[in-house]
Amino acid sequence: MNKVKMTAREAVACVKSGDTILVGGFGLVGSPLTLIEELTQMDVKDLTIVSNNIGESGKGLGKILLQGKIKKAIGSYFTSNRDVGEAYGAGKLELELVPQGTLAERLRAGGAGIPAFYTPTAYGTDLGVGKETKNFDGRWCVMERHLKGNVALIRAHKADTLGNLVYYKTARNFNPLMAQAADYVVAEVDEIVEPGQLEPDEIVTSHLYVNAVVKAEWILTAEGVRRHND
Amino acid sequence: MTDVKARIAMRAAKELKGPLVVNLGIGIPTLIPDYLEDEEVFLHTENGMLGVGPYDPEQVDPSIINSGKAFVTERIGVSYFDSAESFAMIRGGHVDVAVLGVLQVDEHGQIANWAVPGKNIIGVGGAMDLIEGAKKVICTVTHTAKDGSPKLKKKCTYPITSTRAVDMVITDLAVFTFQKGEMHLIELMPGATLEEVEKKTEAAFINDIGGTT
Repeated sequence: MNKVKMTAREAVACVKSGDTILVGGFGLVGSPLTLIEELTQMDVKDLTIVSNNIGESGKGLGKILLQGKIKKAIGSYFTSNRDVGEAYGAGKLELELVPQGTLAERLRAGGAGIPAFYTPTAYGTDLGVGKETKNFDGRWCVMERHLKGNVALIRAHKADTLGNLVYYKTARNFNPLMAQAADYVVAEVDEIVEPGQLEPDEIVTSHLYVNAVVKAEWILTAEGVRRHND
Repeated sequence: MTDVKARIAMRAAKELKGPLVVNLGIGIPTLIPDYLEDEEVFLHTENGMLGVGPYDPEQVDPSIINSGKAFVTERIGVSYFDSAESFAMIRGGHVDVAVLGVLQVDEHGQIANWAVPGKNIIGVGGAMDLIEGAKKVICTVTHTAKDGSPKLKKKCTYPITSTRAVDMVITDLAVFTFQKGEMHLIELMPGATLEEVEKKTEAAFINDIGGTT
């Protein structure tokens, strides 16, 4: 079993118009920049994107947004890309704003076979409107549904050819959760090694969640995004 | 303005006596690390790190950032985790103090800090989770807006963050606490007078420091 794909194009070929795609990252950190770049080259539309942010203006997922490929975005913080508010204001984009902890837990639930859960977060606020409520031990909660995707595009640090993944620093964020919550999972990594070369205790995402692994071509540096040259 | 915010951050830092796990929100709270002296205050950031150290231009790693997406460093004993684990820490009541930047506070301690109607601000981040889950919530805010209007209001006019009341609010003029739904003035900031605080505060508060205007 070898999940390594030679090109990013091959790895994201599964994405179809109308899909719900989970995309890892907090801002551009831990964001699968190579896979997103490939999406800019593909003829797809009406995508629902689940991601904490929609990149930055013209960067990362921000590029896909400007191409008009996103129908709906589900995330916690869109203020860092002004284009999101503008597209929403112009009626070109649907938005679902979700508290960040609820977003993470909805993904976790999606991956763990839990259809819904209750949380006090957002109760009594504009983001709790229309949700079923219930009082537990004197505290009001809203019911939240799980989130799942057709495809997850994630970023890890290292993979082995089986698809086991380890992460790096705060680039981990939503990636392991999204790896568990989609039907087809593509991981972009800095380094690919043979099975047995990752320390078993360090593996965060086990290979059973992962369908395809590809080497990162676009990376984030302190100066910004650039193409990786070996 | 920077001075004003620095003074608020400096005062907020005095509230943080270790051992404590503290989450700092964006805005004024990001200035607090400059004034933290207690080695036993461990900073948590919701993007998945416990043990955040101050920015160091000699040690920039683009994959070590805080929730404001600023470069930070690692303290000894640092750990990393995914977003669900990070919010389990917050929502599960394991974070001692959250310090939040806010837009408005009302006289019962409800806050608004995630949306301004009619403006291109569409982001809630972890604010709603922090206010529900942190054991103690401290808010930092400039006492008045740029046009001089009070931010400590009878009722928030922007969408609220939670029905839960915060515990304390620190401004450039005063420090207030909330007890049983009532707002108490407990301290004047250096240079501020009771008269000025009364004039610039729309919210009704109980004066716990004495003195008359």
